Amino acid sequence: MSASFDIAASAKSGETFVLNLGPQHPAAHGVLRVKMTMDGEYVMRSEPVIGYIHRMHEKMGENRSLAKFLPNTGRIDYLSALHYNHAFVGAVERAARIEVPPRAEFIRVITSELNRISSHLVWWGAFLLDLGGFTPLLYAFDDREKILDLLEGVTGSRLTYCYFRFGGVRDDLDEGFVERTRAFIAQMRPRLKMYRQLVTDNIILRKRLENIGPISPELCRRYGATGPVIRGSGVPYDVRKIEPYSVYSQLDFEVPVYPEGDCMGRYRVRMDEIAQSLRIIEQALDKLPDGPTLGKVPRVLKLPVGDVCYAVEAARGRLMVRIVSDGKEAAYRLKLRTPSFSNMSLFEEASRGMLLADALALMGSLDLVIPDIDR
Amino acid sequence: MPTTLEQIKEHFSGTGCALSCAPADRAVKGYDLDVSANAGDVVSAAEYLGGIGFALDTITGVDWILQNEMEVVYDYFHPASPLRIVVRTRVPRANPEVPTVSGVFPGANWHERETHDFFGIRFAGHPNLIPLLLPEDADYHPLRKDFNA
Amino acid sequence: MSFLLTEPFRLLLSILCIVAFVGGNAAYLVLAERKGAGRFQNRPGPNEAGFGGWLQPIADVGKLISKQLMVPPEADQLLFRLAPLVVLTPAMMCLAVIPFGDTVVARNINVGLLMVFSFGSINVMAILLSGWASRNKFAIMSAARVVSQNVAYEIPMLLVVITLLMATGTMDLSEIVRQQAGGFWHWNFCRVWINPLMPVTFVIFFICMLAETNRAPFDMAEAESELVAGAFTEYGSMGFGVFFMAEYANIVLGCSLATVLFFGGWQTGLGAVPAAWGGWGVLVGLGFFMAKLYALIFTVIWVRWTFPRTQFYILLNLSWKILIPVSLFTLLLSSAMIKLLPR
Repeated sequence: MSASFDIAASAKSGETFVLNLGPQHPAAHGVLRVKMTMDGEYVMRSEPVIGYIHRMHEKMGENRSLAKFLPNTGRIDYLSALHYNHAFVGAVERAARIEVPPRAEFIRVITSELNRISSHLVWWGAFLLDLGGFTPLLYAFDDREKILDLLEGVTGSRLTYCYFRFGGVRDDLDEGFVERTRAFIAQMRPRLKMYRQLVTDNIILRKRLENIGPISPELCRRYGATGPVIRGSGVPYDVRKIEPYSVYSQLDFEVPVYPEGDCMGRYRVRMDEIAQSLRIIEQALDKLPDGPTLGKVPRVLKLPVGDVCYAVEAARGRLMVRIVSDGKEAAYRLKLRTPSFSNMSLFEEASRGMLLADALALMGSLDLVIPDIDR
Repeated sequence: MPTTLEQIKEHFSGTGCALSCAPADRAVKGYDLDVSANAGDVVSAAEYLGGIGFALDTITGVDWILQNEMEVVYDYFHPASPLRIVVRTRVPRANPEVPTVSGVFPGANWHERETHDFFGIRFAGHPNLIPLLLPEDADYHPLRKDFNA
Repeated sequence: MSFLLTEPFRLLLSILCIVAFVGGNAAYLVLAERKGAGRFQNRPGPNEAGFGGWLQPIADVGKLISKQLMVPPEADQLLFRLAPLVVLTPAMMCLAVIPFGDTVVARNINVGLLMVFSFGSINVMAILLSGWASRNKFAIMSAARVVSQNVAYEIPMLLVVITLLMATGTMDLSEIVRQQAGGFWHWNFCRVWINPLMPVTFVIFFICMLAETNRAPFDMAEAESELVAGAFTEYGSMGFGVFFMAEYANIVLGCSLATVLFFGGWQTGLGAVPAAWGGWGVLVGLGFFMAKLYALIFTVIWVRWTFPRTQFYILLNLSWKILIPVSLFTLLLSSAMIKLLPR
């Protein structure tokens, strides 16, 4: 018979073992590796190991002209690609003082909010899949298909959009977009109600998420976590309200904030955000002015010497792009501050002493997209 | 009630922990205050800003090869106010070393590891300065301007 | 022709029928589950493999058999190979005492109920064997969870069955079915004059049955999002196929037991007693039994695709803190009622 089973792999006390939630795992939302030191079912220490999908977008930003970097932005976080488009073109427009016509601004807001809804739907389906509820994913994807059809008509892509340009957007809205979007909003609101009744109010889900994975506002601040993570801990921080950009200051919407700080709080924030995004889209469609969709941009675009930064509220949190320019066509240094990077960094501290299933519920509630962490 | 921009500016120019401190045009630059500090003063700047409620947005490294210097830029944002502060410091390119701020902001742990990965800047006092995004045995620094793959 | 009625032939026929029943169910319940899952999720489910999906199980079996049967070199060689056998045998043996029709029962022994529960516990041991023998951390964790969960849920199940035994007075499953002859109000499910909480008793039995067979929402053992495939991670090809078959055999066993104990087994529930009709009556009874059985199995599938998984300590709390006190209470209540009220 073989030797006795050694479970004290690399532990000092001899009572713990190391469980490797490897890069291939049904619950790691992408290629993420977490080395968990476990004491039975309790997580003593978890060490995320990232970099499996590091593609070095920041070096690519230095190697090509600003316009050629635009497709890259759609691939950093493919689920909410338009927000990343927005941050990059916003930074360039800010530095080069390019005027964006109001119609383009409204189109940007409408498409960005549609993208936010589709990103949250994917999160919702995948989160419930982690928790063992297999069915909501299919319903979420059903709704998402409608959004993808809307956006495909406008941008030409289903997922990794490259629609925004310096000074506006590439093409005007196609025929019937406004009607179809209004039809979608009318159809989505009852669906949200159904999801709330069937899923959010389900006793098993509530027991699974309430009081699990508490994250205090102080923890968020020390790690720089933003987005639904910080809003689910009671802090009303939303870039669209605190540092308004584009035409958000002309639109009336609320920022959902829940003080509990547990997984359920973050869950409810995202579900409410979907409803608020529908509201924003409706108002933007009402206020949509006529006019050109692309402003005046110099033929050879060079940014003035110095640095500039621009922040947007992506689906996962605060996204900031910092461009350091030396006057040439390519950026000298392009820095992407992505929300999932900061959100993930607090996982180590937040998951100490939790049960394995709870730690995974916590990770799901952070809404991570690994390419967003690794860039 | 978060501290106003004037008070922050006074702290940095008054207490001498900054080489220069200039307000920036928010609409053009995206931040409100640009503070240049010595490498040794970044921790006290972080402590001050952390004390008044700021959070660390990101740490950016820049390789100024022509000036033979490397720059580390700390961006700070506040969850309750629109103020954005930038603290920058320059270190010699041959031996870049900056004290770590991960004692004040644990989130800086990963940012500093990443900056070290890309530029080779050492953060003195960092508990675990191993590669974050690059492979564990990487000894090259890709974002240096003299890096040839 | 008389040799057809002899014991050895009847024995052989019973064994063949049980194996065929288990095999056929394992194959086609998988398809039913996937079709059901599809419909609950607003999509068609498997509909490519021949005649709208009906040959899918054949395709699955072909795929499973053709894969390499691999035993990890560090696994315990004997136990690893033994575990699939140990997991399938009890389910098949217990099906020998279930009365599918009036005379359609392989071996009617007068302690049938006791036999089912004795053999049913071996299931736990088999999963523990497979988890332990795999030498895989995920498998060990899952095996530990399974033992914990199954031990916890056997207790309320047995308490509930004892409550029922007090009402029926016999452990002979065929006799239990015969006692429920007549209209559906004679079924044990509706016998509230013996035990006013009889429907609650059934619900507890159903929940315990879900937990014993490791079905969602109690499927921590193979919680795929956390533990990859749990105790069966290292099994490929037919090793995994056998565990799969055993899971469905256990579901069939659990639901047939529920049908026999609570819903009158092969009784029609409409007043007529098929036993009096001879041959055709047996077939009618068999048909009713199958209808009730598959209705219960459909409910099991339905529950799986509707609810998320519970947390492990909530699962155990449910058993130890809620189900056991409630089943103890029903036990006391029915013994009190039997003592105080005349039959």
